[in-house]
Order: sequence, then C-alpha cells, then structure tokens
Amino acid sequence: MLLSVEGLTIEAGGRRPILREVSLSVGRGEIVGLVGESGSGKSTIARSVLRLLPAGARVSGRVAVEGEDVLTMGQGALRDLRASKVSMVYQDPRSSLNPVRRIGDFLTERMVRTLGRPKAEARTRALELLDAVGMRDPGARLRQYPHELSGGMLQRVVIAAALAADPALLLADEATSALDVTTQAETLALLRRVQAERELGMLFITHDLHLAAAFCDRVHVLYAGTVVESRPAKELFADPRHPYTAGLLACTPELGDPRPIRPIPGRPPSLDDAFTGCPFAPRCPEATAACEEEPPRPVAVSGGTAACRLVEA
Amino acid sequence: MVRKLAGLVATLLATSFVIFAASYAAPGDPVTFLAGGKENLTPEYLAAIRAQYHLDDPFLVQYGRWLGDAVTGDLGRSTQYHDQVSDLMAARLPSTLALVAYASVLFVVFGIALGVLAAVRGGRTDSAVVAGTTFATSVPAFVTATVLISLFGVQLGWFPVMGGGSLWHLTLPAVTLALGALAIISRVTRQSMIEQRELDHVSVARAGGLSERLIVVRHVFRGALGPIVTMCGLVTAGMLAGTVTVETAFGLNGIGSLLVNAINTHDFPVTQAVLLLMVAAYIAVTTAVELLHPLIDPRVRSRA
Amino acid sequence: MTTLVATLSPKPARPLGQLLATAFLGLVVAAAVLAPLVAPYAPEAVDFAATLAPMSPGHPLGADQSGRDLLTRVLYGARTSLIGPLILLAIASALGVALGTLAAWHRGWVDAVVSRLTDVMYAFPGLLFVVLIVAVFGNGMTTAVVALGLAYTPTIAKYTRSVALGECGKPYIDAYRVQGMGGFAICVRHLVPNMARSLVGYLVVLFGEGLMSLATLSFLGFGAQPPSSDWGLMVKEGQPAIVQGAFLPVLVPGAAIALVVVSFNVIGVRLADRMGVRGT
Repeated sequence: MLLSVEGLTIEAGGRRPILREVSLSVGRGEIVGLVGESGSGKSTIARSVLRLLPAGARVSGRVAVEGEDVLTMGQGALRDLRASKVSMVYQDPRSSLNPVRRIGDFLTERMVRTLGRPKAEARTRALELLDAVGMRDPGARLRQYPHELSGGMLQRVVIAAALAADPALLLADEATSALDVTTQAETLALLRRVQAERELGMLFITHDLHLAAAFCDRVHVLYAGTVVESRPAKELFADPRHPYTAGLLACTPELGDPRPIRPIPGRPPSLDDAFTGCPFAPRCPEATAACEEEPPRPVAVSGGTAACRLVEA
Repeated sequence: MVRKLAGLVATLLATSFVIFAASYAAPGDPVTFLAGGKENLTPEYLAAIRAQYHLDDPFLVQYGRWLGDAVTGDLGRSTQYHDQVSDLMAARLPSTLALVAYASVLFVVFGIALGVLAAVRGGRTDSAVVAGTTFATSVPAFVTATVLISLFGVQLGWFPVMGGGSLWHLTLPAVTLALGALAIISRVTRQSMIEQRELDHVSVARAGGLSERLIVVRHVFRGALGPIVTMCGLVTAGMLAGTVTVETAFGLNGIGSLLVNAINTHDFPVTQAVLLLMVAAYIAVTTAVELLHPLIDPRVRSRA
Repeated sequence: MTTLVATLSPKPARPLGQLLATAFLGLVVAAAVLAPLVAPYAPEAVDFAATLAPMSPGHPLGADQSGRDLLTRVLYGARTSLIGPLILLAIASALGVALGTLAAWHRGWVDAVVSRLTDVMYAFPGLLFVVLIVAVFGNGMTTAVVALGLAYTPTIAKYTRSVALGECGKPYIDAYRVQGMGGFAICVRHLVPNMARSLVGYLVVLFGEGLMSLATLSFLGFGAQPPSSDWGLMVKEGQPAIVQGAFLPVLVPGAAIALVVVSFNVIGVRLADRMGVRGT
C-alpha cells in the first residue's frame, strides 16, 4: 500500500483530540477522497503525512508511506520523503508561492536545493512540467512573479512543482476551493490527467461531498476528527449509511433531484467540544439517548464501514 | 518616480524656507540677530551683513538669492571665524562622514544579526535580545558616550578618550552612534522575520523538503528584507543629525559639533548652513530608500 | 491603528518588570516632591573640601567638582527632569490633539494643510527642528521645552488623526450629528474623551522619549543652564572629571535618566499592548 494511516490520534491542547483513531489507505493509482466540514481535521491528516504537525502535539498511531513510518523516521529520510515521494497541492495558490521570488525559482528550488540536481537540468525539467500542466510560453513564465499570474495559472504552477520530483503520492488539500468555477473544472481535469498518466496515488481533500463522490474512487467522511463513513464513492453517493453523510448530501440542492434541501442543524464542533458518545449525536436527527453514551464503532456495511449505532440494526 | 522627485524638491524648498525664515522670527532686528549680537555692530559690518543677506530686497527675493547662493556653494561667512562657511564645513565633513559610515556598518551588521538570531533561536536568546534592545533605546546617546569613555577610555585605557583622526579614535563614537540604531534595526528584523515565518509559502517550502537553514535564508529573511532595508535607510539618514550629540560628547571636530558651537556663539550663517546640509542629506537619503523599494519587492514594481 | 500599536511592542513585558518600573517611578516622583525634606544638603551648596569625593557616609553618591552632593542634586534634578517633559507634552498634546481632530473631522483641505505641515516638520531629522528654534530664540529651559513641544506636535497630531478617523466612523458620532449637535461640540464633548484612552498610553511612551530629548538638549548646553541640577546638565558638567578618573558625577545622573526612561518604556509598551487588544 502506498499510504497507510493506522489509528492516528493527534492531541494539541484542545478538550478533544484533533484526530481520533483515524485509519485510511491510498493505493498506487487510486484517488481517495477525504470529506468534512472545516475543523474536522482533514488538513491535519494530509499535513501529518509530511510530518508537519501542530506545535506541541501528542501523536500516536502510524503513518506509513511505502511501508516506512513517517512519524518516526530520521531527519534525512524525512527530507527525502518530502522532497521526492510525497507532494502537496494547497488551497490558496497565491499564498503558496513566495511573492518576491520568480516562478522559475519556485519550480527549481526543490530540485536544486534539496535533490542537488544541476541548475540547467532543473530548468529544462521546469519547462517540461509547465508544458505538461498546459501553460503556454513556459520560458516567459519562469521569469514572471506570482502576482503577475491568475489564481488558476498559479495553481497549475503549484501542481507542476508538485510533480517536479516524480512523487508517488499527491496530497490535494482543497486544491480547487479557492478558484473560480471554470478554473476549478480545468484544475480538476488537470489533476485527473496527471494522476492517470503517472499512476499517482492521490489523497483528495474537499468539503464538497458531491465533488468527492464524482472525482474519487473511495471516500472517507470525517466528522470531529473521526472517520464516520468510508465507502466506494458511487455507493456512498447512492446509499449513504451514516446520518451525517446523508445530511451532507441532503443540504446541497441538485437539479432534477427530488430530495428536499435540509440543512444540518447546529454548527460544526470546535476543539473545545468534548464528546462522550457519538460526536454527531447533538446534531443528528435520528439520535437516541444511547448514542450519547459511548463512541460508536465502525461496522461493516456494503463496500466499507460506517460508525453509527443505528447502522448495526 | 517623477512624482517622488517632485516631492523631494518641494520638501527641500519648504524646509530651506523654514530655515531661512527662522532668522526673521528672532526677537529684534534681523540685522542684529544675523550679526551675532550687539557687540558686533560696527557700521561697516552691518553694511556687510545687509549686502550678504540682501536685506534691502523684498523678503521672497532675499530667500531666492540666499537659496541660489547656497546651491552654488556660497553659504556666506561665519560671524565667529570670519571664514567662508563652505570651507569650514568642507574641513569637517570628512571626519563626520567617516563616523557615520563606521556607525552604519556597525548597526547594519550587528542589528540584523541580532534580529535574525532572536527570531530564529527564540526562547531565552529572544528574551535577552528584546530586553537588551528595550534598554538600548532607553539610554540617550550622551549617557552611552560618557559610560563608554569612563569604562573603555579611562578605566581600561583601551581607546583614546578625546580627539579624532584614526579609525581607533572613531570606534567609541561610532559604537555610541550605532547603539540606538542597532536596537531599532534588530527589532524590525526580528518582528519582520516572525511575521514572514508564519506565511503559508514558508510551510510549503518546508513541505517540499527544504532544510531549515535554507528556509530561513531564502524565504523568511528574503521576505523580511523590505522593512529591514527601509528602516536601515531611514536610520542612516537620521544619523547625520545624531552626530550633533556624539561629536559633542567625544569632543570630535565634525559637522555636528560645529553646529553646537555655532549656536552657542550665535553664529547664524553656520547654523543655517549646517542645518540645511543635514536636512537636505536626510531628505535625499530617505527618497533614495523609497526608490530602492521596487528592487526588493517585485509587487511594488508592477503597481508603479 | 491596531497594527500600529501592536508593532510597537514585539513582546509584552513581564508583569514583574512592570511592577518594578511602576515602583521605581513612584520613588522618583516622591523624590522630586520631597527633595527639600530628604536631601542631605542644599543642591547648590559648594564645598571644595569634598571635590570629586567618592561614595562615603557623608556623600552617599559622592560629590562633583565643586563638592556639591550628588545625591542631593540628583533628587532635586528629578524635579526639572520630570516637569520639563510634562509641560512639553502638555503643549504638544494640546496642539496635536486639536490639529489631529480638526484634520480628521474636516478632512479635505484642512487635512491636507495639516499633513503638509507635519511633513515639513518630519523632514527635520532628530532634534534639528528644536535646534533651529533654540538657535533663533536663544538657549534656556523655556525655549527648549516649548520647542520640543512644537516638535512633538506633528507626532501627536498624526496619531490623533488616525485614532479620530476610526472613531468618526462609529455610529454614535453620526447619531449626535443627526440630533443636530454642532461639530465643535461633538468633538470636544464626545470625540476627544473617547480617544483619551488610546492617547494616554501613547503619551506615556512619549514621556520617556521627551525626557531623553530634553536631557540631550541640556547636555548640549541648549536647555537647562547652571546652576540647575537637571540630569542632562549634570552629565555635561561632570564630563571633564572623567579623565581624572571620577565617574560618579556622570554615572549618577546618567543612570537616573536611563532608569526612568526604561521604566516609562516598560509601562508604555504594556499600556500600548492592552490598548491594542481592546482596540480591536
């Protein structure tokens, strides 16, 4: 397995852990979705794959990339992992690039400074990459500054840089959320294309369950730091088993869909909301008194698991 | 660019006007004032003053003539030394410029180094630098000067106590002049680096496997450079004015001590000339720093 | 405005430091008030037998070239050294607050004129504007204090303007305007009192600076004149004795200046911090 996260728990001072017992895996050539509201801990999972942990965090569990545990590896191995095995694409391309350095610098920095490739070679590679992500006149782009490009163009640059060292795993953290709708579609198509061409494993993080269901092979739904449902995308979309998943699907309008729009009542829990039972129980339309007593265990459902007492029946 | 230069000229005109017009604000007849007191009032001398300042012309014409003369290097005669003011200043300028240059090197190098150290190391180093700079900005230069003279000049005998000439002589004055500036620069550096460190692109660089040292050099420090350079420029520009205190405290023969002497002896032509020079240099350097800004931040370049 | 205040203080000073600073300033104020009662000598009592005396029971902090007791002089010196900055800040804040409020209230050409004026003042680096005034009107404490007051006016005006602009944007000002209250009445009765909090914190920081500037002027011979026991002047007068190895005449007043200014800065930074937090 390319990426396997087992029982990952991260605590950083709040009244509840940021992540509790999260397990997931990404195989080569597979796109795995990670869906949740803001604060559900989805970015923390992606960042922990690169061991970019919150300050003062207590971490337990295992995060393995190609079988090597990221959380315990040495500094050299970690740098190697960050530089050449795993790459990340971020939500806001404009803040991902150093505003006072040229696009070329951004693209070649990792190749030259971390992997020790000659500058000329890195430049050639940068040109290839810009071409591969569909940017016209790559030579001129290399000399431009980030503020001279549009958000969509910058996100292409970020994706190109992510591909620079031929990684095996791509982490896309809300990679299209900050872009215009048309640019979003282009960027998604680009991600899909480079993923298929290079047989990348991809962890695709989004707050949009519809998007995840359409884009991914499998989807994990995250709520308050725990995985509440993980299923193949099509099954999840067609037949959500966890009430939270069902709620997420029900609160977006869809053309020609007879389901009424029903917003989920209440607000997403913060780090100061502690739970004894099911974290979703306070907002769950189907919750019973028993739900508040102890955390539900994931139970096998068609194609995957769902962590809800009501599913057991 | 053109707007900035126009602003420069406008400010220079306004300040020179203030410096010129000040003599008219003095109580009593400007002739008496310009002559440096009643004891100098012989009829011939009065006539000379009237001629030099064109006192019989209308006010604005006087100002125009005075400014024209000043621009062409004719700053009048000292009432105290009876020399050309420009000669007096030319003789003293080199030692003052050497002092300013020496102090600038000191505060830029050590100020930035301390700021970077505080930002990168954090913890105790940071607290020590913050406490040290708070203290350094609270001690006036003349007190620093007397402490340094007492300790390194007299008690330990490492440096000459008075007089100038060599780099050795200039060390204690330069340290004094640099100390307050150093504190300001290290604070700006520290603050700016801490702000930059929190930016997303720094964490992106880290996620790309870049070593911490390179992250600090290529991203954090590079990003922090704008405010640092601006502040270094402003502080250097103000340094010429700072020599007034430091040269007096160390008994150095420079422009600063010339100004103090001129005021204490009512030598107004010299006072005007030195003030004009210091203000002009200050305005010129601050404008130069502004013009430098686009070179550091490409975003400013395209906006202009 | 908040960011401006926040950058003034890279790190809040520890409460202990603030406590010490407050206690020390309390002591200095007490010394200034009680100087005639607690000082062992008269400030101008010359005693050539005690010339440059070291620390001793008779002269706890030694004596200067004329044998004047340094403890006595530094206690009396606290008076001029504290009253000077107080008056100069009174002048500067009266003018500065008026100009700043005027500029913020009227905007337009009034604002433009005020900002041009401050620009010209700012073009004089350091104390040069004050030096020019002293050169014209002659040396002396009064000239120095008034000149410094004028020199600090643009700083306060600029600060007041930025605070006032923020305050003018608040609905309560509009509410008074709608009620038909005149501009002057709103400014004096409502705007200025509401800005007082921010201004006081700023003035505390400026007090230390003003004390430093005033002492520097006295040191240069432009401010306090002999036989005053102003701290800056004491350093100036003590300087010739350094080469004779007598450091007390400069170190005692020098330390007094440094400690008082540090105390003001520690407290000022703390106040600015709090304002920054509450201002948001």
